[in-house]
Amino acid sequence: MSAIAGVQRLALRVAGFDRAGHGEASSRTAAAAERRDSSASRSVELQIRRQDTPDASPYWQCFRVATKPGDNVVSVLRALRLDPVTVDGERVDPVAFEHNCMEEVCGACAMLIDGRPKPACSTLLAELGSRIRLEPLPKFPVVRDLMVDRARLAESLERVQAWVRLDGPWDIHERAPRISQRQWAADYLYSRCMSCGICLAACPQFEDAPAGERGFLGPAALAQVRLLNAHPLGRYDKTERLHAIMAEGGLSDCGNAQNCVRVCPKDIPLTTAIGELGRQTTVQALKDLFGG
Amino acid sequence: MSAATAQRRVIVVGGGLGGLWATLAIAGGGQKVLLFSLFEVMRSHSVCAQGGINAVLDAKGQRDSIDQHIHDTLKGGSWLANQPPVKSLCEAAPSLIRTFERMGVTFSRTPEGLLDQRLFGGVKHRRTCFAGASTGQQLMHGVDQQVRRLEAEGRVQKLEWWEFLGLVKDADGACRGVVAMDLRSLEVQAFRADAVVLATGGLGQLYAPQTTCSTNSTGAAASRVYQQGARFANAEFFQFHPTAMLGEDKTRLMSEAARGEGGRVWVPKDPADRREPGRILEAERWYFLEDWYPAYGNTVPRDIASRAIWRVCRELGQGVGGGDRVYLDLTHLDRGFVESRLGAILSIYRKFAGTDPLDAPMEIFPAAHYAMGGLWVDFEHDPASGGVTPGSPRNHATSIPGLYACGECDYGYHGANRLGANSLLSASYSGRVAGEAVLSCLAGIERGADDLPAAPFQDEVARQQAINRELMTGQGSESPFQLHDALGALMTDRVGVVRDNASLDRAIAALAELEGRAAHMDLREASPWANQTLAHARQVQDMIRLARVMAASARARDECRGAHYKPEFELPLPSAGDADGPAWQHYRERWRAENARWLKTTVAEHGIDGPRIDFEPVDLSVLAPDRPRDYR
Repeated sequence: MSAIAGVQRLALRVAGFDRAGHGEASSRTAAAAERRDSSASRSVELQIRRQDTPDASPYWQCFRVATKPGDNVVSVLRALRLDPVTVDGERVDPVAFEHNCMEEVCGACAMLIDGRPKPACSTLLAELGSRIRLEPLPKFPVVRDLMVDRARLAESLERVQAWVRLDGPWDIHERAPRISQRQWAADYLYSRCMSCGICLAACPQFEDAPAGERGFLGPAALAQVRLLNAHPLGRYDKTERLHAIMAEGGLSDCGNAQNCVRVCPKDIPLTTAIGELGRQTTVQALKDLFGG
Repeated sequence: MSAATAQRRVIVVGGGLGGLWATLAIAGGGQKVLLFSLFEVMRSHSVCAQGGINAVLDAKGQRDSIDQHIHDTLKGGSWLANQPPVKSLCEAAPSLIRTFERMGVTFSRTPEGLLDQRLFGGVKHRRTCFAGASTGQQLMHGVDQQVRRLEAEGRVQKLEWWEFLGLVKDADGACRGVVAMDLRSLEVQAFRADAVVLATGGLGQLYAPQTTCSTNSTGAAASRVYQQGARFANAEFFQFHPTAMLGEDKTRLMSEAARGEGGRVWVPKDPADRREPGRILEAERWYFLEDWYPAYGNTVPRDIASRAIWRVCRELGQGVGGGDRVYLDLTHLDRGFVESRLGAILSIYRKFAGTDPLDAPMEIFPAAHYAMGGLWVDFEHDPASGGVTPGSPRNHATSIPGLYACGECDYGYHGANRLGANSLLSASYSGRVAGEAVLSCLAGIERGADDLPAAPFQDEVARQQAINRELMTGQGSESPFQLHDALGALMTDRVGVVRDNASLDRAIAALAELEGRAAHMDLREASPWANQTLAHARQVQDMIRLARVMAASARARDECRGAHYKPEFELPLPSAGDADGPAWQHYRERWRAENARWLKTTVAEHGIDGPRIDFEPVDLSVLAPDRPRDYR
């Protein structure tokens, strides 16, 4: 196990997305607790990659911000809006960025923090150094500053038909199908996806400007195929979904870098889903050949 | 094509649970929907709901009944809700759960593979269906997927990154479209529609940062239609959730499910006790909810629990370390059980507080959470069933013809205090009912919005553009961000858990002053592209106007009811015991007199000098308020 883990970590370093493992998570927790207890505030330097419009050239600006205990990247960006003056004393426009829930469930605030894709709200300053680099989430078109357009996420979900085909949203007066606690526990992991796009930002195969007709779907949409194919009604359309991921830009584009599973903030076992879908598509390919 | 079968166009504003259910109902009925959202649909505040959704399935051997759900909801709301809609809501709940289940929602299961249910506040039955502790997110996934399918079929068109600015009304005062702003290009544009559904959520940002709400829960859209003539009801009833994390940027929700699953709230008996909570012996702890409310214990309704925590910290000085905090303790429960039932909130607490609720109790305090009040909406009472008439075009209609409202932005179901896990239910149900009502309303429309003259649309676009221009070129000095902070502090301080008239008078004056200051803003940002300061500045202006409605409504109601608590007018419950004794007889007489005076819906209408407050009767046709609320 340790040899495999070592190889995986190495692959991750190469890709530049070394992510908090379990050990790191607990040290991060301890650091956060320490941070919370220390009443002394400090100041940090934010280096922010800015871009005024989708077509404009990006540029960097540097800000010094006073922080409070418990601060996270979203809270310091909010504080910066009050008085956005660069370290050079230049008064500039507030930094545009997205955030809604501030508790890591809406997925809006994903960005590149010190080169790693993360939700900004749950990235505490206690985990970061005194100089923090913020960039928009890669692989998606920049709208402005740290805002990106993640329309491709929704397109991918549509491509794989990530829905159950109901006759209609009315009552059919029939009790819910039985699902074992074991299956529920496995399925629930996938239903916690918040469409933040972090796995796509980290995926070497997910391209910002796909060369072919259709780029790689990416792990998020594939995990939804895994989820819906397991549902008692969703499985009626399993064949269509499998055909969708057997087409161009589908499952076979996955290069097994395994970055996705390491960066997912919700700990969704994305590579497990991809492995299961590999078996499902193999069976489907045989069915397609021989009928059945 | 006859009028009855003509293809009509409906605008739904808001992509949360209510808006998506309305969209499903309307598009499913064959009409085209334009769905407006401030951001990608899926990121709405509904995803933050954690603990569950109530529905009587009676599968826990407790003889639960729909009548009991109705009774609990009405009593929990201090009898202030109109009763026929509540009756229909509770009756429809099991069918909604079954439909969600078919959509693929991952509801937690019993060992037999059936839907599991847990206990929530203000009830004695395990009635709450749940999906771990991320139920809102899971329900949103279900309807979002269905709407995506309709979008793929061309029956729904999403307009994401558009902000609703105002209604367009025809010569008769009926709503025939909206004006909205593209949050990227800042373009202001009119959209024609044959009906409009507002599903724009709550308004917790009026209390920021001491709120569990997302940054988009500003109430601005509801405020805008209020200013255009829609009535706003029961604004003074705003829920403070008893168990929110402490936090300077946001006070994050720790679900009521934590108590429903066995969590206990306590403080050290000695407020000077500075030991780690785990070292404080059982005998040295004060479980004040269990002490004060032995019948319901930790699962008293939210208004009761919030006031109890307030009293312990602010009046008795018993908060942990002498501060505004008490313990919410899960450490005595089985770790695997807690992890599987509450994993999502454990994760939030670990990430933001840096400690593990499985190892040490959480530190919590009440925070602004949910608006029971909202846009006034109608219903048609069905004498045959006692509920509302299915498909009536009156259901969920606001006071502006052609404008409907559903979800947290309406005032429909929760009276003076909402029971936990009734909000996902009311958001879903009201969205569906509003959608069905719109379908009926469309059938009666003779002249489609496309045939109307352009003038009212152009006029409203011009009015909205003028507001933008004023803000973008204004010579003022006020920062919208600082004004928002000032508003949050003012509301938290003066229109909060405990209220008094002198303080409310000061709040009303301060809000008028704040509104004046908000007319002189300096955005300090002139970007014509994705200018977030402009959008926020507009929201802040409208939030202050809505805050005035809340303060004026609170000022007008001289009693204690549900979440609205003015100690000066409190009728203290006699000590438990002889229910026929003189103390109780005297109390009941006063309680009835109070109901005769105050058991009424507060209705605010926009006036030039501020809100005009009036009262209207509550429909009590299902269950006469027979007993005072007593959870002891």
